[in-house]
Amino acid sequence: MGKLLVQEKEIVVPGQQVAEGMDYVPGYGTYREGENILAGRLGLVAIEGRMLKLIPLAGRYIPKRNDTVIGRVIDVTMSGWRMDLNSAYSALLNVKDATNEFIPKSADLTQLFNFGDYVVTKIINVTPQFLVDLTMKAPGLYKLPEGRIISVTPVKIPRVIGKRGSMVSMIKNATGCQITVGQNGLVWVHGREPAMELIADKTIRMIEEQAHTSGLTERVKAFLEEQTGKTVEVPREDEEYQEV
Amino acid sequence: MRNHIISLLDKGMRLDGRKADEYRKDIKVEYGVAKLAEGSARVTIGKTEVIAGVKMEVMDPFSDTPDEGVIMVGEELLPLSNPAFEAGPPSIEAIELGRVVDRGIRESHALEMNKLCIISGEKVWAVSIDICPINDAGNLFDASALAAIAALQDTKLPEYDGKKIDYKKLTDKKLPLVALPIGVTVIKLGKHYIVDPLYDEQKVADARLTVASTADGMLCALQKGGVEPLTAEDITKIVQLGLEKAKFLREKVKQ
Repeated sequence: MGKLLVQEKEIVVPGQQVAEGMDYVPGYGTYREGENILAGRLGLVAIEGRMLKLIPLAGRYIPKRNDTVIGRVIDVTMSGWRMDLNSAYSALLNVKDATNEFIPKSADLTQLFNFGDYVVTKIINVTPQFLVDLTMKAPGLYKLPEGRIISVTPVKIPRVIGKRGSMVSMIKNATGCQITVGQNGLVWVHGREPAMELIADKTIRMIEEQAHTSGLTERVKAFLEEQTGKTVEVPREDEEYQEV
Repeated sequence: MRNHIISLLDKGMRLDGRKADEYRKDIKVEYGVAKLAEGSARVTIGKTEVIAGVKMEVMDPFSDTPDEGVIMVGEELLPLSNPAFEAGPPSIEAIELGRVVDRGIRESHALEMNKLCIISGEKVWAVSIDICPINDAGNLFDASALAAIAALQDTKLPEYDGKKIDYKKLTDKKLPLVALPIGVTVIKLGKHYIVDPLYDEQKVADARLTVASTADGMLCALQKGGVEPLTAEDITKIVQLGLEKAKFLREKVKQ
């Protein structure tokens, strides 16, 4: 008979035994060694019937197809740009995926995107060897103007966005800042008023710190109200966000 | 990012809400954090954290200074403190940091070197200061200099019988510390002078100047970094800022 050694939502560390026996099945973040199931990363245990999964608490970004990410131009090549995605793997944006305009062969590609520019872009393909291709040809993709970039642990990005974008729109409404969240853990914030931008920055860092706790939306609301001195509406769609 | 920092400064604010000439407020100096060192200190400035330790050794003096002690400062940039740091032999940045701290202490004559002499021409005390950043959130220069001087204050000489040092028995004798050199780093960004830079700010700085001074306002060391030049006017302003902020930092250490 299999035996469960942890409770739901318990924090486990890599290598820690989660269950013994063949009655349980390893899911995301766990693996089987002999007859035991061990944790493969730092996270909270989620038990779904016989399946044991982990909700990661930390981790770097792994490029995934169809993710909208914020990239930084690190190289300009003959045929495009190489971008840093806040990940172990860099990505390529080809000229033909970057714009609909005709670009002659000899053109200076830094006119479009220069070194160090931040760009909101979308991953169109990831090979098994993690060669990543990007595109700019989708709605909502653009070169980011001046603003601050905040780096958040990528696994906590869902909490920053909130259910159907409720958390981020709450911050936007309260502070009047423009905010763009990339799946790779980079968040771009720009506010006309520096003080409001600072509040948005602090709020995002607070969400990152408390992402694994419940009742976060209420606390963020209270924080924003205290900081801005205005009443903040919680967008209606919001219930506690459950990450799978 | 750089343009953004400058346009925020034009509106009178920095990334974390400080003014350009404002030091981070949460500064803490703890003494005696390392058990095996003769003296140690941990300094936290905001999220920047640095530990310094002092080891005392007995060695032959250099032949040109037969009755003076020896001081050595080494800094190692641990990869855990900043993703940009790599393990391996010390980088140029690490050597520069060590040297700036070293020069502040050496040129202010904070340690009375002839009191570190045991037998002239034969045996002198060697003070080696090792500095490790635990977290680099910007301004390692000031944090390192502060940690080094605090570790020197904390140091007690071990027992020495003329042949061997007994590190297990520390005497009550302290180092002959007569001055407290404090380093203040100011970066220039566009037309702005920024005290106590954050990591994001120092990454995009045009130039950097570290000003070390003692309590009576004596300048003892300057170190310039960064690619852009500084004019005479720049330096005057930065030195003034440095002297002023050193007073604030000096309050954080034991007198």
